Amino acid sequence: MFSVFAQHDDHNHAEANDSGHEENCGIEHHEVADAYNPGGVAFHHISDQNIFTIGPWYFNLPCILYAPEHGWSFFSSKKFHVHGTHGDGTLAFDGYVIHSGVVMRVIDASFPMGEVEVAGFKEGIEVVDGTEINSYSVCYNNELYKLDQESAVDGGLFKRGITSFYDFSITKNVLAMFIVALLLGWMFLSIAKSYRTRVGMAPKGIQSFIEPIHNFIRDDVAKAMIGPKYERYMPFIMSLFFFILALNLVGQIPFFGNPNVTGSLAFTIVLAVFTFVVTNLHGNANYWKHVFWMPGIPWPVKIILTPVEVMGVFLKPVTLTVRLFANITAGHIVLLSFIGLTFIFGDMGQSVGGGVLGAVVGVLLGIFMSGIELLVALLQAFIFAILSASYIGAAVADDH
Amino acid sequence: MTGTIITIGFGLAVIGAGIGVGYIGGKAMDAIARQPEAVGDIRANMLIMAALIEGVALIAIILGYIS
Repeated sequence: MFSVFAQHDDHNHAEANDSGHEENCGIEHHEVADAYNPGGVAFHHISDQNIFTIGPWYFNLPCILYAPEHGWSFFSSKKFHVHGTHGDGTLAFDGYVIHSGVVMRVIDASFPMGEVEVAGFKEGIEVVDGTEINSYSVCYNNELYKLDQESAVDGGLFKRGITSFYDFSITKNVLAMFIVALLLGWMFLSIAKSYRTRVGMAPKGIQSFIEPIHNFIRDDVAKAMIGPKYERYMPFIMSLFFFILALNLVGQIPFFGNPNVTGSLAFTIVLAVFTFVVTNLHGNANYWKHVFWMPGIPWPVKIILTPVEVMGVFLKPVTLTVRLFANITAGHIVLLSFIGLTFIFGDMGQSVGGGVLGAVVGVLLGIFMSGIELLVALLQAFIFAILSASYIGAAVADDH
Repeated sequence: MTGTIITIGFGLAVIGAGIGVGYIGGKAMDAIARQPEAVGDIRANMLIMAALIEGVALIAIILGYIS
């Protein structure tokens, strides 16, 4: 509703400005961009995108989009003709455009379908129900058309609202997951093969690198937390640990697309739901008794404790989700802010000395932060695995 | 000056978690100094406890976001 009104305002505004600006809705080009915004730059780099960048090169990814009134759309993000360093497309396709590497949809039904050229994008802030959200518009034929927010899975929880389209695309995060899954699968299958062929011999090559880590997870995580029934849950715990660790590390490789998979809520929610399902499906009578009617304590306490325990069943996956997401995202934002010091000190190219000072300070702090992030990558994978193991352990433990 | 009071809530949540994690870390160091042979068990338990405390702070931050 609000969008329709806002869009009419934009139209009037654009027409009023016609005389001053030719053919671009008054959108300034990036050479004379507004003041440097470290927060915006950081969020642009940690968000999921429909293009994959390695160094200065773009790689187009398949877009799989669904809008209820338009149906399915399958095409490559090559259709958008992305150019420049900001991931903005110069073409719109079937009402979809790409802005900052993210596919968005034009809500206006009067926007032409098929391939049309667009002049640029405009960002603003809009107040909906008392909260501020970013709003985006695209310029076509010297008129501003309002864009829907990027598709999100959180049900509008984080202030982006429910969108008019669904994005099932192979985004850079999905691509990174595929690469890591294939790599880990190949690595562990080859290690398993060398265990079969080299029975009784010392481990060799990558086998001798993985074996101590495997034994550590088995002895100090699975066996210590789950107890005698640990073998059934070893594949799950091991998959969690190595998948999270590998994705954390891939997200840290400089210039390699920076897929922030473990720092995206969608991914961590799915992993936490896996743990939730495994815990509660395998929970024995003893576990449920401890949740609903804790034995061995006076009944007035039980009345208070039961709601807390029931809430705890659902809070455990929530904290798993947010812990991984927050730790990885915070690390990336701090790292990007340190790199942004170059531009803040350099006053957007006005002060060379300040820029050099900022670059030196930024690089030193960035190296320090990268070291911390390596530690965090390992620690968070371990924490996720050991907490999952301890929840499962509590669910399958025998009466003591 | 503009802004929301939620920011103060974030700060308070961080102070709470900081006190909690610091206390756990200090006690773990004490325990390791007293029994250096149990360093592995103490470290694992310390990390779990720190993660749980951190979880409380994260819940506070999430509540701040969605309120």
